[in-house]
Amino acid sequence: MSNDPTSTGHKITVATTWLDGCSGCHMSFLDMDERLIALADQIDIVYSPLVDTKELPEQVDVGILEGSISSDDDLEKAKEFRQHCKLLISLGDCAVNGNVPSMRNHFKLADVMDRAYRENVTLQPQIPVHGVPNLLGTVKPIHGVVAVDLFVPGCPPHADAIWYVLSELIEGRTPDPSQVTRFGA
Amino acid sequence: MHLEDLAEKAAEFRAEEAAIQREVRVCMAASCQSSGSLAVMDALKDACGDGNGTCHVKGVGCMGLCSAGPLVAVADKDCGLDASLLYRDVTPNDAPDIMGSVCGAPVERLRCPTDQPFFARQHKIVLENSGIIDPDSFKNYVAAGGYAGMVRALSEMTPADVLREVTTSGLRGRGGGGYPTGLKWSTVAKMPAGQKYVICNADEGDPGAFMDRAVLESDPHRVLEGMAIAAYAIGANKGYIYVRAEYPLAVERLQTALRKAKRAGFLGNKIADTQFNFEIEIRLGAGAFVCGEETALMASIEGLRGQPRPRPPYPAESGLWGCPTLINNVETFANIAPIVREGGDWFASIGTERSKGTKVFALAGKIHNTGLIEVPMGTKLRDIIEIIGGGIPDDKSFKAVQTGGPSGGCIPDRHLDIPVDYDSLKTLGTMMGSGGMIVMDETSCMVDVARYFMEFCMTESCGKCIPCRTGTWQMHSLLDRIAKSQGTQADLALLEELCEVVQATSLCGLGQTAPNPVLSTLRYFRDEYEEKLQLPTS
Amino acid sequence: MPRPANQPNVRVVTLKIDDLDLSAREDETIIEVCRENKIPIPSLCYLDGLSTWGACRLCVVELEGQNRLTAACSTRVAEGMQIHTNTERLQRYRRTIIELLFAERSHICSVCVSNGHCELQSLAQRCGVDHVRVPYRQAAYPVDSSHEMFRLDHNRCVLCTRCVRVCDEIEGAHTWDVMGRGSDCRVITDLALPWGESETCTGCGKCVQVCPTGALVKQGTSVGEMVKDQHFLPILARRRHAR
Ligand SMILES: Cc1cc2nc3c(=O)[nH]c(=O)nc-3n(C[C@H](O)[C@H](O)[C@H](O)COP(=O)(O)O)c2cc1C
Ligand code: SF4
Ligand code: SF4
Ligand code: SF4
Ligand code: FES
Repeated sequence: MSNDPTSTGHKITVATTWLDGCSGCHMSFLDMDERLIALADQIDIVYSPLVDTKELPEQVDVGILEGSISSDDDLEKAKEFRQHCKLLISLGDCAVNGNVPSMRNHFKLADVMDRAYRENVTLQPQIPVHGVPNLLGTVKPIHGVVAVDLFVPGCPPHADAIWYVLSELIEGRTPDPSQVTRFGA
Repeated sequence: MHLEDLAEKAAEFRAEEAAIQREVRVCMAASCQSSGSLAVMDALKDACGDGNGTCHVKGVGCMGLCSAGPLVAVADKDCGLDASLLYRDVTPNDAPDIMGSVCGAPVERLRCPTDQPFFARQHKIVLENSGIIDPDSFKNYVAAGGYAGMVRALSEMTPADVLREVTTSGLRGRGGGGYPTGLKWSTVAKMPAGQKYVICNADEGDPGAFMDRAVLESDPHRVLEGMAIAAYAIGANKGYIYVRAEYPLAVERLQTALRKAKRAGFLGNKIADTQFNFEIEIRLGAGAFVCGEETALMASIEGLRGQPRPRPPYPAESGLWGCPTLINNVETFANIAPIVREGGDWFASIGTERSKGTKVFALAGKIHNTGLIEVPMGTKLRDIIEIIGGGIPDDKSFKAVQTGGPSGGCIPDRHLDIPVDYDSLKTLGTMMGSGGMIVMDETSCMVDVARYFMEFCMTESCGKCIPCRTGTWQMHSLLDRIAKSQGTQADLALLEELCEVVQATSLCGLGQTAPNPVLSTLRYFRDEYEEKLQLPTS
Repeated sequence: MPRPANQPNVRVVTLKIDDLDLSAREDETIIEVCRENKIPIPSLCYLDGLSTWGACRLCVVELEGQNRLTAACSTRVAEGMQIHTNTERLQRYRRTIIELLFAERSHICSVCVSNGHCELQSLAQRCGVDHVRVPYRQAAYPVDSSHEMFRLDHNRCVLCTRCVRVCDEIEGAHTWDVMGRGSDCRVITDLALPWGESETCTGCGKCVQVCPTGALVKQGTSVGEMVKDQHFLPILARRRHAR
């Protein structure tokens, strides 16, 4: 990426969110520990479950998505991120390949719902409809619905891997995540 | 046995037929049988009665114009015994009229002119007996000059002489690849003496192809003779015919032919009173297209799963049960007897510079005359389609012709003037294949065509190697999306990339050529793909 | 390829692999020479000690003067050969082949007992496959847990037939075979009986050890616990042939 913060004078803006994932990738992000402080000098997290902002800004340099596309809501968010982020990163196996959420793809959605909310429930079995997004028939990786620029596999990717990717981006280089992480890592 | 003895026999058989004043030939190949020729035959036999031996109704093989079947040919001595009278779309009810008509006053309403280009422009070598002799009759075959090639080879030629004639002829394999037959034979011949095998590949699995079936159903002895000559030339004593079980009639006729040839001493031990032994066994294929691939075919004969293996070693070096093996296509073998009989130079005088002889094509699709034709190599595609095939029906216009089946490609109108041979088709991005030709008119969607062939390859992939096994699945699903107007530019790019990978990395010919129908339709009809693409959403 | 311990009259040839001048015995395959000389070539169906299968196509290399690619595992070396093992084109093809494999069945590494010890997983990493561009096939296959010691998960099988070959060629039991066509091919035990009911299986576990993925594993292993040991194979294979 060509945004060198020192030359343009402002920090790289980063937005993150989780879709159908376990938030483990975000936890791994936090696992960068004291390196987060160094990072804070170089990047600005403008939107994320980790910060308070509730609006995705018009223009973001880097968008990071965790989790797969499993519901209407995931789909909308992914499209929004694609629209507003210059560079979009799939973080973690769920985002990269569907991972555990996609294991339901072998079954019919209705059967999955029945199993979760009726068969295994003893008290008032019912399928929730209010205030929850509609599930899609097939779970897809992010790049199954929008173009993605960089893939960081791992379940979750190690903090070192995330650090490596971000550092490379900050330095204006294109990281090669295969050097530091893999599916299932 | 010497050639003279055989000639004597042939003359004797012909004399037996001399009493017959009128010979009525009914096509008994699978296509005419399916349109009812068996009943026609019975009706004609009834109408003929015993005829005091002057009238004879016989079943023959394919006469070519399958779309007009059942076909019946009447040969009257008074008019010369060549079947100058051909009747089309015959029903059992027509039998009395046909039998009642006399030479010079044929049944006009049923007539199918034989001076039309469909017949006149053909040149028959492989099909020379087809539609004339009774495929179940050994005598008929010998009377027509059959086994003269074999007897000549055994009694007058050394194996090296035979190899020389076949090499001189310039014959190339008719199974698709066009490998020089003489070279293949010489390679097997050069392997140290010991157990060697000859295999006839009659697995013919391309959709729309029925050339080999027609040869087997119409003139089975010709194939046996070709195999025996090959065995003599390379030093083999055992042969197999691998024929698909979906060809029951061909199998039946082959079995009859094998039995009769053996009884006559033309197969088995001390063939034609020489020291040469050769026997042939039939093996049935269970209908997997990939079993037509030579290494898969041999695995199947050995009783293993029909899957290709890497080559080299080629069958010529290590084939059936590890022994040197010659494997050729039905039509290749069917050309051998005439080559030995008439000489390699004669054969080489027909055709083009690098593709000699004739080729049998199965014309199908949107064309007037569907059926089987045999033309010299180098005949223009346009002549085949517009003149021999009679052009496109229903006032539609020609769009493309598909050759080479699932391994081939489509040729658009602007290239129709090329002379058909192995090399010209290759430069157009398709191939000769086994000889299927499917004609498409303006209403055909080329994406559908590509999808159809890809589906074929996907379901026929043996599953051994990754690129073919899963690449065909992916390409098919991409084609399906595009055909349903759900594809994007990115899908098309991915499709093209998969084509490249599958072509370059697959283990056997099936995978290596599976992308061809896509690549060729993309080459000539890219706009049809692009019209169906969705615009990017954002 | 397994070969007799001592062979008379084998010549030595010289050849060039990626600009390295090397010599090799003429009965060696390209992949064997590469392994000896530490030239990495990705492979999946090839395994030292088993017969050549030539099916995964990951080992394809470029031969100078030849248009077609050549599988390194099933091609013998020859005098003067000039081989390129890692061109941009080959890298691209290999990545695509690996992606096709991942998309064919469900290889969900994070919940696999072989996670971290899987050849497919490490192949993907080494070849730079960090995502799969083709759609996933989404076909479900059964899991056979009927064997008292082992488990077969078809969803993780890459159809390399190592199990088939080791059981036939080394153990001599020939419990395994392949059935079906195309992507629906499956390895089967005893004419598609449950493995636990197999009368031919000796329970030796060789198939489990040679299986590159988590398709064949020991019962009772948990995520990441299934470590395989293929050490025995070339040794057994050579001893067999020496006899
Ligand atoms: C997938 C596949 C299917 C094939 N099917 C046939 C077939 O049905 N008949 C045939 O003669 N050759 C077929 N071939 C070609 C054979 O492998 C072989 O080249 C041929 O039989 C050699 O005979 P020829 O030299 O007389 O052409 C097929 C090849 C492939 C790759
Ligand atoms: S190319 Fe297809 S048919 Fe041929 S070996 Fe590979 S999977 Fe089987
Ligand atoms: S455990 Fe041994 S005998 Fe049983 S299937 Fe595996 S390799 Fe064959
Ligand atoms: S079970 Fe394992 S060893 Fe057997 S074919 Fe599948 S992946 Fe290969
Ligand atoms: S290792 Fe060569 S094809 Fe699999």
